[in-house]
Amino acid sequence: MNAIRRNRSVQIGMALLALVVVTAVLAPPIAGMDPLRMTPEDRLTSPVAAHPFGTDMFGRDILARTLHGGRISLSVGLMVAAVALAAGLGIGLVAGYVRGVDRIVMRVMDGIMAIPGILLAIALIALSGATLTTVVVAIAVPEVPRVVRLVRSVVLAVREEPYVEAAVAAGARLPRLLVRHVLPNTLAPLIVQGSYVCASAMIVESILGFLGAGMPPEVPSWGNVMAEGRTFFQIAPWILFFPGAFLAVTVLSVNLLGDGLRDTLDPRLRGRFQ
Amino acid sequence: MTGFLLQRLLATIPVMAVVAVVVFLLLHLGPGDPAAVIAGDYATPEDIERIRDRLGLNEPLHVQFLTWIGQVLTGDLGISIFSNLPVAQLIAQRVEPTLALSIGTLILTVVVAVPLGVAAAWRAGGWLDRCLMGGAALAFAVPVFVIGYILIYVFAIKLSLLPVQGYRPLADGAVPFLRHLALPVVALSFVFIALIARVTRASVLEVLGEDYIRTARAKGVTTFRLLRRHALRPALVPVVTVIGIAFALLVGGVVVTESVFNIPGLGRLTVDSVLRRDYPVIQGLILVFSAAYVFTNLIVDLLYSVLDPRIRE
Amino acid sequence: MTDATARTVLSIRDLTVELPVDAERAHAVEDVSFDVQAGEIVCLVGESGSGKSVTAQAVLGLLPPGQLRVTGGAIELEGEDLRTAPAARLRSLRGRAMAMIFQEPMTALNPVLTVGEQVREVFETHGVLNPSERRERVIELFRSVQLPDPERLVNTYPHQLSGGQRQRVMIAMAFALEPALLVADEPTTALDVTTQARILEIMRTIQRARGSAVLFITHDFGVVADIADRVVVMRTGRVVEQGPRDQILRSPSHPYTRMLLEAVPGLEPEARDGKADSAALEVRNLSKTFAGGGWFQRGRTVEAVRDVSLVVRKGETLAVVGESGSGKSTLARCTVRLTRASSGEVLLAGEDIAQLEPRALRPFRRRIQMVFQDPFRSLNPRRNVAAALIEGPVNYGVSREEALERAKRLLGLVGLGDDALGRYPHQFSGGQRQRICIARALALEPDVLIADEPVSALDVSVQAQVLDLLADVRERFQLAMLFITHDLRVAAQVADRVAVMSKGEIVETGPVADVFGNPRHPYSRALLAAAPGRGRL
Repeated sequence: MNAIRRNRSVQIGMALLALVVVTAVLAPPIAGMDPLRMTPEDRLTSPVAAHPFGTDMFGRDILARTLHGGRISLSVGLMVAAVALAAGLGIGLVAGYVRGVDRIVMRVMDGIMAIPGILLAIALIALSGATLTTVVVAIAVPEVPRVVRLVRSVVLAVREEPYVEAAVAAGARLPRLLVRHVLPNTLAPLIVQGSYVCASAMIVESILGFLGAGMPPEVPSWGNVMAEGRTFFQIAPWILFFPGAFLAVTVLSVNLLGDGLRDTLDPRLRGRFQ
Repeated sequence: MTGFLLQRLLATIPVMAVVAVVVFLLLHLGPGDPAAVIAGDYATPEDIERIRDRLGLNEPLHVQFLTWIGQVLTGDLGISIFSNLPVAQLIAQRVEPTLALSIGTLILTVVVAVPLGVAAAWRAGGWLDRCLMGGAALAFAVPVFVIGYILIYVFAIKLSLLPVQGYRPLADGAVPFLRHLALPVVALSFVFIALIARVTRASVLEVLGEDYIRTARAKGVTTFRLLRRHALRPALVPVVTVIGIAFALLVGGVVVTESVFNIPGLGRLTVDSVLRRDYPVIQGLILVFSAAYVFTNLIVDLLYSVLDPRIRE
Repeated sequence: MTDATARTVLSIRDLTVELPVDAERAHAVEDVSFDVQAGEIVCLVGESGSGKSVTAQAVLGLLPPGQLRVTGGAIELEGEDLRTAPAARLRSLRGRAMAMIFQEPMTALNPVLTVGEQVREVFETHGVLNPSERRERVIELFRSVQLPDPERLVNTYPHQLSGGQRQRVMIAMAFALEPALLVADEPTTALDVTTQARILEIMRTIQRARGSAVLFITHDFGVVADIADRVVVMRTGRVVEQGPRDQILRSPSHPYTRMLLEAVPGLEPEARDGKADSAALEVRNLSKTFAGGGWFQRGRTVEAVRDVSLVVRKGETLAVVGESGSGKSTLARCTVRLTRASSGEVLLAGEDIAQLEPRALRPFRRRIQMVFQDPFRSLNPRRNVAAALIEGPVNYGVSREEALERAKRLLGLVGLGDDALGRYPHQFSGGQRQRICIARALALEPDVLIADEPVSALDVSVQAQVLDLLADVRERFQLAMLFITHDLRVAAQVADRVAVMSKGEIVETGPVADVFGNPRHPYSRALLAAAPGRGRL
């Protein structure tokens, strides 16, 4: 734990992420404005004191929309990571331990991996309607195979370890084996993978929004806000710039966190300097 | 070698089978009547009935699947609901720009990322390494469309060096073709250069710790030769693997980049079809992209055996 | 080789190598001084952590950059100071004036280049000979290290060769430019004894013919006895004693050297009274076949164990000796049921457990326990010693309190205190961990103990203690012990009876004194003849 806290990447990542989370949680008091309120007389205003980030084509405040959008985008990132990890962990554990299931599951995973993730996601959303749930599921599904592969590879490696064989010889039953010896080994790589999934989910959310296949237009997310700025980017680049910058900082901080965790948690690196 | 090739070829069959099932089921996974979903919010009952009839949705599910897969295997991807043209024809018309964009990105990525990665690994922790890792982290964090708009703003609008948008086929001449392709390729390459440079760095770094590197040093081999001959070649296997996997990522990037730069390729066709709920076209596109992914990874497998003699047996 | 004309090739004076600040001691090597003359083999011998490998790497300037640094002393190669030589000069000396052979033949060669290319690279690097001459020279070199069919072999990749063949390629590479100095870092440690004997023979022959100076790093006194002219003994970074081989082996002056030599088990088995007790474990006609994976290798199968039968009686140790790939470990794993035998019986007190389903097998598991080879991987790094020791008994319904009491008793028995209970595996040395593993196996109060190379990963002094402990617990609990080992000396020390395995079959079995004193099967004879240091230690 101390090693994690002392890691530079983790420190920077945590600090930046905390900043973004605070602005999202405290969006109403900071922005002081309803992200949906239209002021047609103020449309496409460049950043001024009243609208620090400017306004869009309906005169809606970009600051308010960016901060409120952060709530949606961050939630999507977290929820996708949670869904993908939970599904991947369950399937991966079974695949790693039950030979017969393994072959079938891995073929299905290979098939899903062959379908480009964004295509699958936009197709799923287009055909089932854009809601928070469908967006989260649609972004999570293509991520699952990689988590399954990760968990499975850890399980396959761990079950060959002499200490696991010793536990088998000492009469440990399968559930105990999984919980005591296998599961703890999957946690570190899963946490690391989870941070990467979370970061990539936020990028995918913005792309879906940009393509018009993301969250419904009345819900501001970073992707949606940027999508609306597309047409006007030559005369009003701030509509694209500010949410883009927030997204970039958030993804950067989550990735830094992931890199830092990987460097401190990866047993191969850890063993080397003990 | 032939055994290996044949085995790899056969292994693509179950993968494509899974893809086919998923693509077929897509329409049926969502809630409600698929025909109503396709027809949209303002459709009359007659419209819905017409679509249902055209897509054969009145048949039992397995009959629908068998009919569909039979058509797909003979190269018939169905008829577009929107334009009434064969899907295969629609796709064929749009292939060139997408291929140009993808291959351009691949070339730029490999040419830039691999030397960068090797250099960063050789002096791990040095200034080049830090800059590269920092730049890579940033490139991962900015969505490709934002990069695209920044490039357009700077190079097309402010400096007027390159066209803002659009595509010129190679048949119109190499210069206009390349001028139109330059910005989209650069925009799309950012994230891939970041990815491949990171993987190359990590892989070379690992190889540099191998015993046979020490053996080579004990022979008195020079640094350049050590990196090129002893470190890079074994390190390329993971790099090639990631290029194969990143193909799926590339498709996503292509879809977005084509929208930003207004390029009439498969990506634009995808977005348009999704917005029009032109289901047969969506199905056809996913199938084609997935087949391309599988084919790319088949080539990657072959490259393995060129790069690593241990895989040849 | 101590004639008056001897020329000093390598001279090390007061060599000191600093360790990183957070290491457990300040110096990897401290004030080390010794010489190597032309035409002589100097063995640098010591246990792990003695600094012998660091010394070797320092000579060639191959210390891992950034971690270890030479901070004092001088290294002179034919009068030239290597410590102050610029990098380019060092590089031109490496491969030409000094060469090195490493321990792991499996990883020391580049997997993507043919072995011929890799040897040829020595000539290319130093600009010697023209391309066609280089090809010829490589084939000649391969012939001189007795590689079969050199014309064909130059075009093969390392993975297509055996460990012994790869090490011959390394030797050919090292001798390619006839360097004045060859440094060999445990070059035979990863090899089987019969292969080791041939490699040592080849090195000796080439070295004699060319009059090279050889610095030979080893932990094995058997090898020292076979190959050394002079011996330098190291301990925790310092030289404790040096002198001619026979003087060091016969009349060592330093107590540490004496202790090391005493810890080396002899090849002559101790006299033991025959055991006539009932059979605790009986294996009948056991076979294990591994099927090849993939659709196209279905037909390819490996018979790891073929029709093996053996009996271990209560209170007796049966040693199964064999080289790598002989099937001895697979036999052990089938017996403990970590894997299922293809056919045959494993009788535990008269009950056949070879094919039992997991549920039916469970009651029998506690009666047959195992100690593994690698003490660093056989304990879960995330769980403390108490958790490791009580897991088995708790699985079988013993209460936690009682299991803890038992764990304390067992820790005392294996020579560790109660304070070990709360600690984690990484806080113990390899020998201590192996003691914990023995305690863990005993916690289930088994009838049969299977020990799979339990001392192979340990230093010789620690090895002796663990072997004593195993003998002690066998006596105390009247265990039947099946002891798997590649080391004939270890077998001679622990076993009552011995079974020699080769290619999946037991070729000879009998009381250890009979088999070692008068081996009947040709393979047993070859194995015993190859044992390093035979007749000298």
